[in-house]
Amino acid sequence: MSSSLKHTPLAAAHVQAGARMVDFGGWDMPLAYGSQIEEHHAVRQDAGMFDVSHMLNVDVTGAGARAFLRRLIANDVDKLDCSGRALYSCMLNPQGGVIDDLIIYFFADAQWRVVVNAGTATKDVAWMRRVAQAGSHDVQIVPRHDLAMIAVQGPQARAKVWAARPAWQSASEPLAAFHAARVDADTLVARTGYTGEDGFELVVPAAEVEILWQDLLAAGVRPCGLGARDTLRLEAGMNLYGQDMDELTLPAEAGLSWTVSLKDPARDFIGRAALEAFGQPAAFVGLKLNERGVMRAHMAVHTAQGVGEITSGTMSPTLGMSIAFARVPKGVAAGDRVEIDIRGKRVAATVCKLPFVRFGQAVNA
Amino acid sequence: MSLPNDRQYTSTHEWVKSEGDVLVVGISDPAQSQLGDLVFVGDVQVGTVLKQGQTAGVVESVKAASDIYAPVDGEIVAFNDELESNPNLINESAYDAWIFKIKPSAAGAPQGLLDAAGYQQVVDAG
Repeated sequence: MSSSLKHTPLAAAHVQAGARMVDFGGWDMPLAYGSQIEEHHAVRQDAGMFDVSHMLNVDVTGAGARAFLRRLIANDVDKLDCSGRALYSCMLNPQGGVIDDLIIYFFADAQWRVVVNAGTATKDVAWMRRVAQAGSHDVQIVPRHDLAMIAVQGPQARAKVWAARPAWQSASEPLAAFHAARVDADTLVARTGYTGEDGFELVVPAAEVEILWQDLLAAGVRPCGLGARDTLRLEAGMNLYGQDMDELTLPAEAGLSWTVSLKDPARDFIGRAALEAFGQPAAFVGLKLNERGVMRAHMAVHTAQGVGEITSGTMSPTLGMSIAFARVPKGVAAGDRVEIDIRGKRVAATVCKLPFVRFGQAVNA
Repeated sequence: MSLPNDRQYTSTHEWVKSEGDVLVVGISDPAQSQLGDLVFVGDVQVGTVLKQGQTAGVVESVKAASDIYAPVDGEIVAFNDELESNPNLINESAYDAWIFKIKPSAAGAPQGLLDAAGYQQVVDAG
């Protein structure tokens, strides 16, 4: 095991399962345990699991928590109308740039949970604390380094989680998508994910995650690594922070306008003024390559409205063709034919809406 | 898997086998293992004349594209088009899944290629 990288409590389990490990944002993480394409298909057809313990759960508590989050977050947490309900949102800087994308859970007026990306966790917590202090919000920001997380995804995911943890079934079976149940003081079962399939993300005390992993293995869940995670999320039309957007990107330029709520004119969230001033400087679209080949990040996209750039690209295992996200000039629309510069050669592609795949099936764009 | 002795190798991870007056070329098992699942093999232009070391085509895994090179001066005379629909044949059996055939410009045994032991050193060096 590499000693200069950070490790989740499952690091030894990954190595034991034959994982090829890679440096992912300073964490020693499994790229794949064998064929990443087979891992991808296992999630679309059955059940696969991902160690996502490198991500950070942050408790946001206190009498001022709701007001604080309505200031901090571009989506409106007032939408969370019952305990356990979750929201996907961006956290913006005053220029409207995306600091991170994250999920917020409501449990009670004074009890919320925010889940942030691994590579941005330190930055995010520091930012949240600055905002809390600057606004004198009555709130505590509590990073939960004592928690670990496994995402189990696929049409058989929920059934296999219940096979491994029968005690969790009664509380988690009624959950709708984007809702969570606390099955224990520090154990959360959330019907969320990053693959476009059904499934649960399971949050447990770090000391309990290895036995959970082994029990899920015994229930027939396939370990899946970062390679499969990337092809799955791309097919599902889900952004990757640091690649599809960063602090210089407005939500609208990353296809994330739907996560911004301007509905309440009195809600002055950080970045609002900038969004309203800048509008949408560029479009964010999906691409399917018309010929054989692989689209990759940073390749130029030649359109009738000018040149754009691919932000994420891959070969889609489910579709058998290359797919990508791209930032392109405004006016480019679904159905347009464009050309991708692949190593000096122009290759035809078609613009389409996202996602490419939903619940295992290709979406006709 | 140990390196087959029935062929030669390049320092850029191709294997090279004589077949009559052409050389058959593929990539080694350590190379396919390093690349991971292959999703595209192509850009091989039959009829092109190349110098040793020039790019003859590309193999792409999900994570990266990797050029393959002409092992000798010569003309590309064939591409294994089974790889168009099944690039993973290389992952399954790197020493059976040939990629292209090249007819050397020079007569006689090809120069500058490694035997199995020589290529093993390349592999060991990482």
